[in-house]
Amino acid sequence: MSSPTLVSPPTPAITTAVPLTKKILTADHPTWCPGCGDFAVLASFYRVLEKLQYPHEKIVTFAGIGCSSRFPYFVNTHGGHYIHGRALPFAAGISLGNDDLHVFVFGGDGDGFSIGGNHLVHTARKNVNLTYVIMDNSVYGLTKKQTSPTSPIGFKTKTDPTGAIDQPINPMRTLLNTGATFVARSHATQVNHMVEMMTRAAKHPGFSVVEILSECVEFYAGAFDSSIPRKGGTWSLIQEKKNDGTPEDADRHDVTDEVAAFKLAGQAWPGSFGVFYENNVRKTKNVLEAELVTKARERTKNATDLQLLQATFAKMR
Amino acid sequence: MVSPNTPETPGGAAAPSAAPRSIHDVVIRLAGNSQDGIQSVGGFLARLAGRSDQDVMTYMTIPSTISGGPSIFQVRMGTGDILSSGDRADMLVAFYQHSYDAHISSLRPGGVLLYDSDHVTPVEGDNRFTQIAVPITSGTVEAVGGAGKDKGKNIYILGLIARVFDLDVQKLAALIKERFGGKNEDIVRNAMLAFDAGYAWPQNNLHDLFYRFEAIDLATRASGRPQVTMDGNQALAYGLLAAGVRHGAGYPITPWSSIMETLRTELPKYGGLFVQCEDEIAAISTAIGFSYTGHLAITGSAGPGLSLKMEALGWATMAEMPLIVVNVQRGGPSTGMPTNVEQSDLLQAIYGSHGDTPRVVLSPKNVEDCFYIAMDACRIARTYSTPVIILSDMALASRIEAFDEPDFPKLMVDPKADLSDRGADFKPYPLDAITRHAPPGSKIGSGKYPTVTGLEHDELGHPTGSSKLHTQMTAKRREKIKKLGASLPSPELNGDSSGEVLLVTWGSTWGPALEALKRINTAGVTGGHLHLRHIHPLPDGLDDIFNRYRKIVVAEINDEGLYGFGQLAMMLRARYANPAIVSVTKTDGLTFKISEIVAGVARHIESAQLDASLGVAQPSALAKN
Repeated sequence: MSSPTLVSPPTPAITTAVPLTKKILTADHPTWCPGCGDFAVLASFYRVLEKLQYPHEKIVTFAGIGCSSRFPYFVNTHGGHYIHGRALPFAAGISLGNDDLHVFVFGGDGDGFSIGGNHLVHTARKNVNLTYVIMDNSVYGLTKKQTSPTSPIGFKTKTDPTGAIDQPINPMRTLLNTGATFVARSHATQVNHMVEMMTRAAKHPGFSVVEILSECVEFYAGAFDSSIPRKGGTWSLIQEKKNDGTPEDADRHDVTDEVAAFKLAGQAWPGSFGVFYENNVRKTKNVLEAELVTKARERTKNATDLQLLQATFAKMR
Repeated sequence: MVSPNTPETPGGAAAPSAAPRSIHDVVIRLAGNSQDGIQSVGGFLARLAGRSDQDVMTYMTIPSTISGGPSIFQVRMGTGDILSSGDRADMLVAFYQHSYDAHISSLRPGGVLLYDSDHVTPVEGDNRFTQIAVPITSGTVEAVGGAGKDKGKNIYILGLIARVFDLDVQKLAALIKERFGGKNEDIVRNAMLAFDAGYAWPQNNLHDLFYRFEAIDLATRASGRPQVTMDGNQALAYGLLAAGVRHGAGYPITPWSSIMETLRTELPKYGGLFVQCEDEIAAISTAIGFSYTGHLAITGSAGPGLSLKMEALGWATMAEMPLIVVNVQRGGPSTGMPTNVEQSDLLQAIYGSHGDTPRVVLSPKNVEDCFYIAMDACRIARTYSTPVIILSDMALASRIEAFDEPDFPKLMVDPKADLSDRGADFKPYPLDAITRHAPPGSKIGSGKYPTVTGLEHDELGHPTGSSKLHTQMTAKRREKIKKLGASLPSPELNGDSSGEVLLVTWGSTWGPALEALKRINTAGVTGGHLHLRHIHPLPDGLDDIFNRYRKIVVAEINDEGLYGFGQLAMMLRARYANPAIVSVTKTDGLTFKISEIVAGVARHIESAQLDASLGVAQPSALAKN
């Protein structure tokens, strides 16, 4: 949360602003295996930033632990690489610490749905203004093939040599349940779709989350073939309501309808892709906290910090 | 001195016949149940002492259950320095038979037992004490009337105490009005009725008990600022505010919670915020996130929560992020004794982590010091870009002391984040300088934006597997903490600068140790007392100090462990390899009594005088001649 008293005035620009390009945004060469789906997510993210043209210094890319969580090293912005599963509460601190920033968090299914599951629920519940991209490959890749919370039953891993037996998480249903105010699903083979979903997520005021199916070619090749048309799968796009009064509009998906979103989330694998749910009404925690500050400052009649502390201590004499 | 609205009481409130006897200080223990409001009596007395330029220290036990159960509040007030809450009481106020049974042994010989004759039957003919029967319950009911029953008997007792110790009734009445003024007028009126009834209780029943505190030598209080009265958790929270902390995150746990409650209420007034998180890990993570944006932030907990924060603390060390972590220690391990005191998290604070994590650990010595240690912690965290752990404890958190109001105009720290442009040569992790992060929002002249990371990294924050860099960066993280150690002031050394014994303490054991030293010196043993506020890194020069004494006795509230040494003693032995370092420990969940420290020292040195002094009971200051 930005408060005028808590940030020093910005210094004049070093150079006149140059448009952000992929070239400027590229940092270290990715450490991912050749053919990894995450390359396409990274390429799409560059395009998102090229489209949005946020001031370079105000973009923050953050992550937890996992293959996908290496992301921030490959994007030339302020950013960091935190501990396993806890990137969201850290990013909440960034967003609430300086409301001017554009905060993006990247992570995998283990980071988001397993070790960080509780943080996902609470960051969403609080509607902290940031964008979370979950690159779901349904396997632990960095540690070389253990069962993940989204591994399907029967999938053989080093920790389930005879096949996974635990019910996997349904990511969309889980995300809707958290109270996230923007929930979308995309696929690493669909670059334009990823760009559209991440752009809308970035623009959304509040906690926005995009789950992207991103194949691990090393430990779970072919995991998402059933939604790749050139591999014989079906790419089922969500048709959003246009409110154009046409008869076909009645069958289209109303993104503000939570029940309809849950119905979509309950579809058989591989399900649909697009925006499941969007709520632009609920206030963000950033706004709510700023309102608390405004009210408190009014009550104190804009007293200085020194006056406030002295008045408090006078009451304790 | 007569209460402003004292009713006429037959044979009552006229000035006592005898002149008051002068006393230096008194320890009053109120024993009842937790719903009797005895804490508020203690609170009134503490604040009165503060307003009267007297020193005060309180001690309380609250049952960890939600309501009900026996509870005590002990207040020690007097003239000059009050260093501990007192081993034993001079006056015991017993509301119930169980209060009498459990606490009569805490009364000094010659002390005063004041008991509710409606509930308590003391042992007959016990002439060790002055016994005074007061119908507290029926007296309160009679005075207040109505449906409130015996509600207000705490205030009745307050009136009686005011009378016995010749306290300033005007000031007390003002405090009562401030305390209850926000509620409806009936409550203030009833409280004053109870107070006056207690004050006016027939004087001839008090056996001429009438005391007055010694006059205050105002020269000893030269600050020129008035005294304030608060507990250690409040002092710590306000110290953080003065130090420019405007952001924090936490999760509730006793006895830390009141710090986060204070900050959640106060911070919005200062343009900041405090986030209540879903768990301890999220709390430290959010706090580090705040620090990353340039706002030094605070998180905190008790021992179990500190354990949960350890992985994130490791990250903060690796990424060199400034952070304040408060640990209000309680009895452990696990849920342990959540409302008792212990100093058993020292090794956890210093060493409890994965990897090599040079830590900064500070500990306040009393309530006032909670304020200043918070300021010091913030200075260190910013200067050395490092997490700093403050080890407070349950005793400091819950007791009330009076101290001089801080010199705010001199102390206030600017809370602004530095988002200025960084030059083209900016590196977050330079090998030849202390890390200075560029918060997001600041432009980087080179166009190459830094990453903060828990992976071993190069000077720009990019991951590396280089053995050479890991060695260099580990040294960088270590050397800055050593540099801090070399910059620390010499610790407080009291008493003889050489001699038979040096008492060494940390945290809230400061006061009892200082009193113990007086007793040791009085018994003819030469000795000093060294108190450590900066426990890790240690200040330079301790080995020279240690060499001047024959025995170094480290007194701390934790277990002697498998090898016979408490946690600080073990660390000092490892650091100085000095076999003269020995240990006095205890694990009863209570603060040190002066006599326990003296007895501990006597076990380690040969002194017939000191041994002889142990058997002598200290008579009460209230004893009749």
